[in-house]
Amino acid sequence: MRYFTGAVLAALLSTTLASAEPAEDTLVLNEETQMVTRTAAPAHISHAVDEIMSGWLFRGIETRAMQMDDFDNPGMIFVEQAQDMWDTVEGSEGKSCASCHESMDSMAGVKATYPKWNEAAGEMRTLQMQMNDCRSNRMGAEAWKYDKGPAINMEAALASVSRGMPVNVAIDGPAQSTWELGKELYYTRTGQLELSCANCHEENYGNMIRADHLSQGQINGFPVYRLKNTKLNGSHSRFKGCIRDTRAQTYSPGSAEFVALELYVASRGNGLSVEGPSIRN
Amino acid sequence: MKISFMMAAAAGLVSSGAFAQEIAPTAVSFNEGAIEHSLSGVPGDPVNGRIIVGDKRQGNCVACHEVTDLVDIPFHGEIGPMLDGAGDRWSEAELRGIVANAKIMFEDSMMPSFYKTEGFIRPGNAYTGEAADDTFGPILSAQQIEDVVAYLSTLTE
Ligand code: HEC
Ligand code: HEC
Ligand code: HEC
Repeated sequence: MRYFTGAVLAALLSTTLASAEPAEDTLVLNEETQMVTRTAAPAHISHAVDEIMSGWLFRGIETRAMQMDDFDNPGMIFVEQAQDMWDTVEGSEGKSCASCHESMDSMAGVKATYPKWNEAAGEMRTLQMQMNDCRSNRMGAEAWKYDKGPAINMEAALASVSRGMPVNVAIDGPAQSTWELGKELYYTRTGQLELSCANCHEENYGNMIRADHLSQGQINGFPVYRLKNTKLNGSHSRFKGCIRDTRAQTYSPGSAEFVALELYVASRGNGLSVEGPSIRN
Repeated sequence: MKISFMMAAAAGLVSSGAFAQEIAPTAVSFNEGAIEHSLSGVPGDPVNGRIIVGDKRQGNCVACHEVTDLVDIPFHGEIGPMLDGAGDRWSEAELRGIVANAKIMFEDSMMPSFYKTEGFIRPGNAYTGEAADDTFGPILSAQQIEDVVAYLSTLTE
């Protein structure tokens, strides 16, 4: 009986502890790069939130620690695989990414600006769409499947060389109509549970929903390595999971809807540091 | 094979028996957010209602609400108000209305409507991510709603 009460108390305590505010903590990468994990909200969402916060602040102390040092970050194993891929010749043109772009470091800053409008193609492109454009049209190689192995690994590699730089996606000009669509999707209450992204990530961040500590649903840390499935996960796959959890029919990774949602959600994080690959439970 | 067939037939009989007095989700009438009459025509069972409120696969109400009486179930959410004392704050008819469709009592509430089958955007087939098919029904049955209401009525202070 005594033991039982103890167990119940422990359960209560862990709920209470986990439901504390986002951590008062600072993220310094590899003891040198200071990351911005909270900052003033960009003007376009300042009516709803004052401050934007990285999902890192909502995770437990061990998970946060794993992301502070590349040697402890399991996501970096996949970044290394992507580095090999970068140098691998593929396709009918006999080229690798390195043939045209030289070192991966030449991509520093690119991730921070995607999704981005491509003038020549007249379309909004995510990083993965851009990579596939290079593969199909310049390398004569097969396009990678969206959010899958090589594509998500390469996205993580490109993110890793932009870490510490502020997310800065453009939302005006030719991007505006896509951004508006993304915004509409963000506020639409889908599925049988009739829940929108905003219900959970704008109105209730910091609160517990069952065992989960709700963050602002930012994507500055994507791709994320999840301890749950021990691989890198893309933002579209995360969107899909969240929409599925509203008992709704989801969209597919790479769909026009998710491209728009990615642009919109990324824009809500304008000013936070690029953190990918980050660690989540 | 034979046994399961007979059990299925018996279950069919029971449910069609209840169906006689059951109010369909599309035929529910609300009075200021409350529902006066039992949805199933059968009194609710608070013991089963307690299970439904805590069970992830049924009501999963504790995903959003804390309930002291359900302290044996770990992880209660903090999206909605604590349900302790709900039986004092609300009449049975009001509780029935709130559980069936909280958005009538509380405009734009984040609380899902547990006895509703129409008006959704991209309704899915449970948690599969696929589109709803012809098995689509309310999240809780009429009797489950009654059981939950009976349980909530016991939450007095
Ligand atoms: C034959 C040359 C060539 C190869 C091979 C190539 N690219 Fe490109 N890449 C380009 C050119 C040219 C651009 C500019 C495209 C544009 O603006 O439309 C570009 C643009 C990009 C960009 C966007 C940069 C920015 O500033 O917006 C990324 C990311 C990229 N490539 C990744 C890759 C990856 C990953 C590979 C290998 C899988 C690859 N590229 C292979 C020529 C190449
Ligand atoms: C029913 C609640 C709920 C809804 C609705 C919901 N999410 Fe989530 N989401 C969660 C939970 C729980 C997590 C995991 C904890 C966390 O990071 O917030 C999560 C995580 C995320 C993450 C990962 C954040 C990180 O730092 O790792 C992103 C991005 C996200 N959601 C975006 C969205 C978008 C976009 C929508 C709408 C299409 C959405 N969510 C709808 C509950 C929800
Ligand atoms: C996704 C979140 C969510 C879920 C799941 C949920 N609720 Fe609620 N509930 C709320 C919110 C939010 C309110 C506050 C009403 C409002 O919107 O202003 C509420 C209000 C209530 C109230 C009235 C509050 C009071 O005590 O004064 C009752 C009773 C209630 N809920 C019961 C339930 C039951 C029973 C279930 C499960 C069958 C359930 N809720 C599931 C979010 C939820």
